[in-house]
Amino acid sequence: MKREITFKLNNEERKVEVDPGWTLLYVLREVLELMGTKEGCGYGECGACTVIIDGLSVNSCLYPILEAEGRAVTTIEGLRAASGELHPLQQAFVNEGAVQCGFCTAGMIMSAKALIDENEKPTEDDIKDNIAGNLCRCTGYVQIIDAIKTVAGGGRT
Amino acid sequence: MSDLTTVGKKITKRDAPLKVTGGATYIQDLKIPGMLYGGILYSKYAHAKILKLDTTRAERLPGVMAVITAADVPNNFRFGIMKDNPPLKGGRVRSTRDEIAAVAAVSAEIAAAALELIEVEYEELPGIFDPLEAMKEGAPLVHEEMKSNILKMPWKLICGDVEAAKKESAYVVSDTFRTQWVTHCCLGTSGCIAALDTSNNLTMYSNTQIPSLAQNDYIEALAAFGLKGRRVRIIQCTIGGGFGSKLDTYAYEYIAILLAMKTRKPVKFIFSREEEFFATSPRQCSITKISQGCDKDGRLTFREMEMVLDNGAYTSWGATTPSVMMMPISSLYKVPNIKYVAQCVYTNNTYSQAMRGYGNPQATFAIESSLDQLAEKAGLDPYELRFRNANEPGELTPQNFQVTSCGMKECMAEVVKRLDWKGKKGNGNGRGVGMASLIHVGGGARVYKSDGCGTIIKMDDRGKVDVLTGATEIGQGSETVLAQIVAEVLGVPIDDINVINNDTDVCPWDVGAHASRSTFVAGNSALGAARKIREQMLAVAAQNMGEDPASLDIKNGVVFSRNDKEKSLPLSKVLRKVHYTSGGKMFMAEHFYDPPNENFDKEFKGNLSVSYAYGVHGVEVEVDRETGQVKILNYIAAHDVGKAINPMLLEGQIYGGGLMGIGYALGETMIYEKGRLKNGNFLDYKMPTAKDVPPVQAVIVETDEQAGPFGAKGIGEPGLVPTAPAIANAIYDAVGVRIKDLPITPEKVLRALQEKAQADTGRSGA
Repeated sequence: MKREITFKLNNEERKVEVDPGWTLLYVLREVLELMGTKEGCGYGECGACTVIIDGLSVNSCLYPILEAEGRAVTTIEGLRAASGELHPLQQAFVNEGAVQCGFCTAGMIMSAKALIDENEKPTEDDIKDNIAGNLCRCTGYVQIIDAIKTVAGGGRT
Repeated sequence: MSDLTTVGKKITKRDAPLKVTGGATYIQDLKIPGMLYGGILYSKYAHAKILKLDTTRAERLPGVMAVITAADVPNNFRFGIMKDNPPLKGGRVRSTRDEIAAVAAVSAEIAAAALELIEVEYEELPGIFDPLEAMKEGAPLVHEEMKSNILKMPWKLICGDVEAAKKESAYVVSDTFRTQWVTHCCLGTSGCIAALDTSNNLTMYSNTQIPSLAQNDYIEALAAFGLKGRRVRIIQCTIGGGFGSKLDTYAYEYIAILLAMKTRKPVKFIFSREEEFFATSPRQCSITKISQGCDKDGRLTFREMEMVLDNGAYTSWGATTPSVMMMPISSLYKVPNIKYVAQCVYTNNTYSQAMRGYGNPQATFAIESSLDQLAEKAGLDPYELRFRNANEPGELTPQNFQVTSCGMKECMAEVVKRLDWKGKKGNGNGRGVGMASLIHVGGGARVYKSDGCGTIIKMDDRGKVDVLTGATEIGQGSETVLAQIVAEVLGVPIDDINVINNDTDVCPWDVGAHASRSTFVAGNSALGAARKIREQMLAVAAQNMGEDPASLDIKNGVVFSRNDKEKSLPLSKVLRKVHYTSGGKMFMAEHFYDPPNENFDKEFKGNLSVSYAYGVHGVEVEVDRETGQVKILNYIAAHDVGKAINPMLLEGQIYGGGLMGIGYALGETMIYEKGRLKNGNFLDYKMPTAKDVPPVQAVIVETDEQAGPFGAKGIGEPGLVPTAPAIANAIYDAVGVRIKDLPITPEKVLRALQEKAQADTGRSGA
């Protein structure tokens, strides 16, 4: 039994026919074909699927799509400026070598954005706490933390 | 080389903009019209007879297009280096990851539902899970036709006379060390899409680290499946992590081919995280007996090691890791007499494969832990013992490695200085310092007949450059490093370089992203091709400018005369002049570089690599005596890298390797009970998170390796090799307990502290 839901996705109003059992991640990837949000585990432990819902970072693989009704969802595809310019966090990840294989990157950036939107000057511990739910096997996190630091308290978010 | 414009610079990763915007296409993201979704049914038991396998109900489920079992595998096809692994197992299963049936369906959900409908009856058999038990006379055989659980592999290295050296040694220590099963934890799980065209040529969309070797594997498989002589094209998607996990081909890939043959549709497999944990091939556990000795001056006299490795139920590259272990065993520090024997043993566990370091971390854990024991016995500071025996340039090691550049002593000095070794060592106040060194191949590794890589470079009319390389990008940054090398030689901006590295139809042959070889081997290959094309361009430019080619140079895409700065010609003009003319030409060049390294001889001696990478890690820890918790206060990772082509990416390899090593040392372990993985998820398998990152310094020591591209050596694997023993040694310095089996959990530390307290009380009481 399909239902129609309405939510704001990357600042655009979207109406989508959904199966009530679907997760937000499934709808993003399989229905809307926004492939930037990744599934690394499917049970909320790796953070690769992190998106922002009403300002909070959320594992979209666990998030029931019906809960998205009326909410504002931001994915990695929604971060670039209309001009195509990268978001300062995206640019910082490029500049600081925070990207290797890249599979965790979208989720990592979304977690960092939620943090910086809420806390303009996070400490290093705040940053580590914030991304502790986003696993990365390539980087050892050091350059990711550096990248977030360069934006925290500095550039536009 | 001070006037380098691109090499040696912090150049951002070429593929990073695509990855930070979510635009990179991983195998998870790829869809092909008409594609079906595959699923695999695995064995319920680690060892059992299959009495009945009924797929009827699964076949009848709407949306299921094919169900296959062992009966559908033609010609008894088996894969793997010992050809002991059928893609689908029939009659008998030997591990809980044994594939017994597979489906292809119109959706992943239907495929999963179909697997539930397959009916299997088993007769469970007693399994064998401990390699030491499996070696015993009369142990149940994992493969009866092999007659023994001990693989017929020749791992034995003898240099000098260990028995004589033992007698002459002033100090000797002996002990046993154990390491655990650990897995790669690539964030992108395994997957592929197999697609056949109307003539049965195969296109495999793949994550592989070894496109040319995988191509060969699939060609062999197609021949066995009745499709001899068909072409195989491998297209690599963006790869979500490698670390050695994709150095072999796996059952699911052959199953995808079989299902594609049966359904005439492309078939996609994507592993769930659970499958990624239990059905891919991890780093094997090891049991190592080691003895080392030194003379009264602390010069090492001999090293003797005996190792048992759990091979698991089938054979992949894990069984060949002793060949790489020989490297630290024979050549880490100057040791004249060496004896090493390793046995790989079949069990009903998962089967082992390559993982970053390829055996080196297991061997180095034993060597470097034992070395601290020897230092204590000889009454020497562990640093002093290491320094006296450190490797040096120009050395020929007992295994016949010709050491060219070697910065081990410089790395050691960095660690001692940055850690305040002398101030912090031996304080015994719950804080302590430890160090450990590494050697690894840094100039390719001749493990196959060829260690080569090809590059083709072509230029368009505007001065833009296409670099077609065999090298695989697995996130490590080979694409960027190759672009830097070519940009430097051609004198063009890095943004004008486009690297194509993911299609066997257009990319030249390469042996694979393994053995820390891409920067060195693919780099030298790119360097050779770039030099050829530069020469061609300068010859034409010289004609046009009325100059001698030797007086010309190229910077920022403009050819200019060194003698007369006024004389210049944009490259694009040179290119167009030579193209748009009667009998014109386009600039293209190819270069195949195969390093002048040697395969081992029958005694496992020979110069495996053109150069060797060295490094020393130092760590300060604090041990909580109440809880056994180990906290890393300071971590120094100093690496001799030859030359850093890109310091930022290089540091990324050190940080990433280092934290993987910390996970190996302190937390990660695959817990198997009777062959079944009990912690196959990120909740229970303790891969380090951002909160586990200690204060860490990556120290780059440059030694200018003459054979390397711009002086560079490999750095992909070394970062995790000495981590675990450095930490174990620091714990010993802090609280006087030595943990000899990884991982060093708080429980083990606490138990050791209690045992030590009891022993101390006993001593003082007596």
